[in-house]
Amino acid sequence: MTALADSVATAFALIAAADPVLLHTVALSFAVSGSACLAAAGLGLACGAWLAAARFRGRAVVLLLLDTLLALPSVVVGLVVYLMLSRSGPLGSWGILFTPTAMVIAQTILVLPVVAALAQQLVAGALRDGGDQLRSLGAGPTLSALLMLLHERWAVVTLLLVAFGRAIAEVGAVTIVGGNIAGVTRVMTTTIALETSKGDLPLALALGLVLLAVVAVINVVVALLPGAAAMTRAQPA
Amino acid sequence: MTSSDLPLVALRDASVRFGAVCAVQAATLAVDAGEVLAVVGANGSGKTSLLRLLHGVVGHEGSRSQRPGCRQAMVFQRPFLLRLTVLANLRIALWLGDPRLAAAERNERAREALRRVGLTALGRRSALTLSGGEQQRLALARAWALRPQILFLDEPTANLDPAAKKEVEAVLAAFAAEGMTLVLSTHNLGQAKRLATRVVFMAAGRVEVDLPTAEFFDVGRPGRADGFLRGELSWSVD
Repeated sequence: MTALADSVATAFALIAAADPVLLHTVALSFAVSGSACLAAAGLGLACGAWLAAARFRGRAVVLLLLDTLLALPSVVVGLVVYLMLSRSGPLGSWGILFTPTAMVIAQTILVLPVVAALAQQLVAGALRDGGDQLRSLGAGPTLSALLMLLHERWAVVTLLLVAFGRAIAEVGAVTIVGGNIAGVTRVMTTTIALETSKGDLPLALALGLVLLAVVAVINVVVALLPGAAAMTRAQPA
Repeated sequence: MTSSDLPLVALRDASVRFGAVCAVQAATLAVDAGEVLAVVGANGSGKTSLLRLLHGVVGHEGSRSQRPGCRQAMVFQRPFLLRLTVLANLRIALWLGDPRLAAAERNERAREALRRVGLTALGRRSALTLSGGEQQRLALARAWALRPQILFLDEPTANLDPAAKKEVEAVLAAFAAEGMTLVLSTHNLGQAKRLATRVVFMAAGRVEVDLPTAEFFDVGRPGRADGFLRGELSWSVD
């Protein structure tokens, strides 16, 4: 009990002293997960909006696949990206394995289905309410879908925060493709896993507290956003 | 025959089907410029589908024709407004109607439309915070701003309180007085009598009666229309 209390006290001391290793790890985590979410937002919102408006043979299968990808295990994503980027892989010549760029790619792939699936559900719901009226005003299906993203912008922000929460809290993919190299690819989750295995609890606890604080802030922001209710409707059952 | 002699919209044996359900059966109807046509009938009789068919936003069998260059707009029973300001809703509608319209012209037309329906003071309010009557008037302004020759209105006062109904009817009467052609579906026979120059009665997806308003209300109607007027017709007309 005393060891735990000591570790917690040291963890708070590290945070209070703005420990450089702690700060660097937190900053890298934000940079990697933030970049991944930005990339996933660009692709996923466009893809989700298009899927909500488009009608084509096999659409139901695509939607089913997208919903399935919501549960994509992060270690599987890590493994696939590793195979692609490893020296003998098809993208081995890029030479980016064990770099933050590889981690961004892995996390983008991880959260892209989340953004696309939730955006699709969000826009499809909005189109059911007002798609006819937008079309009556002269908007085509794709433009109607994009206008619905604007209409549901708060829910879109909520959706992106949910995606960021998933990205920053995952450990499997970034460990595999980042290699957990100190000062280069070591992020909060991989550091927590490593330091815990070494028995160095204070840094792991400090990072755990920061991670919890980040998730708590995201949850508070999500709850306060005007679009939170719409997002709740858009969550898959 | 010049194009101005043509009806604005005409249907010939036009039908609308939703799966096994035939919402409109072999409708033949023409809407001429300057008319105010009220489509009445029980719930489920096909009024909304007929309006959508005339507006051209629903797939159909048979023939639908439209006078070349005829601009049209539609106001729905529950208007869908974007979660933006009142003015932004109008500007976007104008942009969708004519993307080449200059921004200054768009702004001017948006403000003019708000004046037209008495919402000038609410331009910067979020459209979704307006009352039901104000939202319906905004939907009318949005349609009017597009300068349509023919305006379709699907039960435009169905969900409004008496005061709001009166406001919306006043706006519609003013539109009609300016020469805009109106086609409205309504359950409110008083409204049809007050606004319309011609009444179409629908039952089970068929246009059963098509008469000038005075004749429809004062002379006598064939078949189920008479029962409908006397309130004897069930709303689930088969």
